[in-house]
Amino acid sequence: MEELDVEPTTTNIPAGATGKCFPFIHEVRKDEDIYSPILRKLFNESHHIFVGLQTIREDLPNKNKKTQFVSISKNYRSVIRACMEELQQGAVLTQDAELATQYGNQVSILLAIELIWNLCEVLFIDNAPGGTLLLHLLDWVRLHKADVDEKAQEVLQSESPTEHHGYWDVVLSYVLQGRMDEARQMLLKWSALKPAARSMYKQMDNLLHKMPVYNPGGNKTLTEFDVKWRQWHEEVDHCLQDNSFASDPNLELICKILVGDEDALLEQKDLLSTWYHFLVTRMLFSQPTVKPTELHYYAQSCLAMFDSGAPEPLDSILLAAFEFDIHQVIKDCSIALNNWWFVAHLTDLLDHCKLLQSHNLHFGSNLREFLLLEYASGLFTHHSLWQLAVDYFDYCPEFGRVYLEQQIEHVPLDTERKALKVLRICEQRQMSEQVRSICKIMAKRALRNNRLGSALSWSIRAKDAAFATLISERFLQDYCARGTFSDLDLIDNLGPAMLLSDRLTFLGKYREFHKLYGENCFADAATLLLSLMTAKIAPRSFWMTLLMDALPLLEQKEVIFSADQTHELIFCLEDLTSSLNITTVPLDEPMQDEDMEVTKVELLRLALARNLAMAIVKEGTVEV
Amino acid sequence: MEGTNAKYVSQKISKARWRPVSASSLQQPEVFATGSWDNEENKIAIWSIGDGVFPGMEDDFEGDPQLLCECKHGGDVLDLHFLDQERIVTASSTGAVTIYHLHPDTQTVSVSQRWTRAHHYPCDNAPCTGIVCKSPEIVTVGEDGRINLFRADQEAVIRTIDDADSSTIHAVTFLRTTEILTVNSIGQIKIWDFRQQSNTPAQILSQTGDRVPLHCVARHPNQQHIVATGGQDGMLCIWDARQGNAPTSLMEAHTAEMWEVHFHPTNPDHLFTCSEDGSLLHWETTSGSEMPTFLQGGPNTSGFSRGAVAPAGGGQSLISAWLNGDSSKGRLETTHMLPSQTLSVNSLDVLGQCLVCGTDGEAIFVNRQVLV
Repeated sequence: MEELDVEPTTTNIPAGATGKCFPFIHEVRKDEDIYSPILRKLFNESHHIFVGLQTIREDLPNKNKKTQFVSISKNYRSVIRACMEELQQGAVLTQDAELATQYGNQVSILLAIELIWNLCEVLFIDNAPGGTLLLHLLDWVRLHKADVDEKAQEVLQSESPTEHHGYWDVVLSYVLQGRMDEARQMLLKWSALKPAARSMYKQMDNLLHKMPVYNPGGNKTLTEFDVKWRQWHEEVDHCLQDNSFASDPNLELICKILVGDEDALLEQKDLLSTWYHFLVTRMLFSQPTVKPTELHYYAQSCLAMFDSGAPEPLDSILLAAFEFDIHQVIKDCSIALNNWWFVAHLTDLLDHCKLLQSHNLHFGSNLREFLLLEYASGLFTHHSLWQLAVDYFDYCPEFGRVYLEQQIEHVPLDTERKALKVLRICEQRQMSEQVRSICKIMAKRALRNNRLGSALSWSIRAKDAAFATLISERFLQDYCARGTFSDLDLIDNLGPAMLLSDRLTFLGKYREFHKLYGENCFADAATLLLSLMTAKIAPRSFWMTLLMDALPLLEQKEVIFSADQTHELIFCLEDLTSSLNITTVPLDEPMQDEDMEVTKVELLRLALARNLAMAIVKEGTVEV
Repeated sequence: MEGTNAKYVSQKISKARWRPVSASSLQQPEVFATGSWDNEENKIAIWSIGDGVFPGMEDDFEGDPQLLCECKHGGDVLDLHFLDQERIVTASSTGAVTIYHLHPDTQTVSVSQRWTRAHHYPCDNAPCTGIVCKSPEIVTVGEDGRINLFRADQEAVIRTIDDADSSTIHAVTFLRTTEILTVNSIGQIKIWDFRQQSNTPAQILSQTGDRVPLHCVARHPNQQHIVATGGQDGMLCIWDARQGNAPTSLMEAHTAEMWEVHFHPTNPDHLFTCSEDGSLLHWETTSGSEMPTFLQGGPNTSGFSRGAVAPAGGGQSLISAWLNGDSSKGRLETTHMLPSQTLSVNSLDVLGQCLVCGTDGEAIFVNRQVLV
């Protein structure tokens, strides 16, 4: 699932005469698996199972846990199977030859995965005792060598089944898989046409019928079963010694198989097709009570006896499983399959079964976490599967958070909806730095698009005081330029958010002044205006505007500013003009601007003086 | 949950909507449309859960949605509505508003009309976040704070309100024929009247104090003044548009953003909500003095139920149980409709006894036995 294949294709480019070291061009390929729409279902469904597994309660009794783990393992496998079926259908339906090959390849990979997973389930997770083990192994072989049924179908549908060239192959295959009832059904057809061999048939039918099968839920102990099986085995051996079937080579062969004759079994290599089928069949007819610990010995010898050339990766993986070498299985799978999905999920499950203790990697986290991180990182590179990866990172206690923090910032935020989803992920995990950065990105984008209201909302959400100040400045500039406020719906409803930055507070308060003024609450408006300056909430650059705002209040017929307040206004004005003079003297300001300023100051001084006079008179007058 | 069917579809579903059934027939809906988001190539897709609607449909898997047809969609599908039985309107993250035509005979879907930059900034596209239609009128809202009024089959925009909102408008619904209601990202509800020529809202409702962004809105199908909203904190708010500023009831619903809220169209005592927290809730209230239906074996049989407490809506006479959630006569029950699930449920739709929803887990869930 990683971004690149393990070994990138290397192409040699002939170097120039001077070039001693050859430059290499690496051809980078996309991982096809992750972009296959059908495999996406596998990722999504298994994500659900994975999360369910992580939330299994620790305090359950071990017995219940084991049943749960086995059923989770089966769930994983059924998802693989469903996916495989869909790929097979796709391969059949598609017109595109290349796509069909791709589907075919994916099916074969999934087949191998399911085969390995199933064996691991039988051996490690279920860990069945002797007797039951063989039953599970038989199921395993039957599931993965299902072509017998197709062949049987074909034979039975032909005109005369017993004459069909595949007839005896089917009978033998059934016997080799321990499906004695089906084998007997097939033999019945043959006997119907051969009355002469009736007694021979009867004898064979009897042997097949009587073959003991261990029943783990029954009332017989394993020893009792063993005794019974030995009796049956002797009976078969007896028949062979008697040459009971000597007149029919096919029945003779079946009898040899039943007695567990290894040479006879090996002659059926084509029908067995794999060494592990050979192993299971051999156990069926010679060691039906084989224990898990004894298996590896037989597995090795079967692989050697089957002798199908150099072992392929799959063979060594299965052999490692039979040897109970879990780490070897995982290691080999990682190398052979180039598919982190499988190893990550299997390792996680085995880790929950407490089968992977005390194995730490030299680079920090344990094997489970390492594989999960690899898998999840692969998902994160995908345009839309990144959301799944978050839960995987959550369940990696050591490095999961660091990985998530690094990768989440790289998710492209096309819409606010997506930004909100990413934000929610970060907020749930208290990743405050990422929250800030996402809000900042969104605020900047809104600002670039001239959406001051949105930008302010985002910086309030991020509690980003600096940016809120910047946007408040923009609002004030816009006001100075146009004389009206934009985005009133937002500014009027700032509430406690107003306290985020001084400038924002000023913006909110200044707007409040306008509202009071508009509602003719002049006294309140005047008090507010004055306090904006005396409490130093207003930036100095804005004082002249504020003073000019005071002008109409000073010119009202009624006295609004008291004598004390007027004094304070005068102080503010003097404060401002003295500092202005210092700064403006060395500069060659255009005369007009300075004139304007001078006129404003003169106007203000006049108004202030008049107001002061009126206020003194009013305050000194005793009403009668 | 009993009767819920899941189907994995290899695309994150942002919207799911039933195709309307003709008012005269009593049949259940069988066809729905979905829109995807956050894919390299987004699509709208038409699905069927039954037979008979489209001739030649195979009915191998009963209840399992079968893909009828699909069509590419530029950008994320941010909203999707059926204009009528054969036309679908979508809102795109590219700012485009598109009308798709569904041809039932040939089982195809094609673009019939598009307004490419319905929502935009001065020099960039702005996502269109919501639409509402009442054939032939279509109202769209967007991140650019703009409201557009279109009429299907007319190329020109009928009416635009620029800067209708200083923040993002997340959803819109019709209140009355000429009045619409929008919700925005600073927790305000604005009511607009298209008869007025001014570009200011006729009314603004907002919660006092918190500025919790609102993401979805639904109007009561019979009582037009009752409006339900859901927002970032997952709370369900019921408002009375006739009176005042505060919601009449507030109910704790989800633990994350509520993406959609829907009244059941014919049985408005039932309400459905879905959320980023991966849950889908079925709310049931019993109005008036009638026998509560849930006592006759309602959905409160699973172990999921929990009561919800709501502040009283004041002393007005009982008109709708929604307006006073905890009155002695009315009661409120909630039921989880989905099995435990971690990824967001982005959209839901309910019609008759059928419910459909789509998730970020790339699954569509269909339930054909909703107890309403």
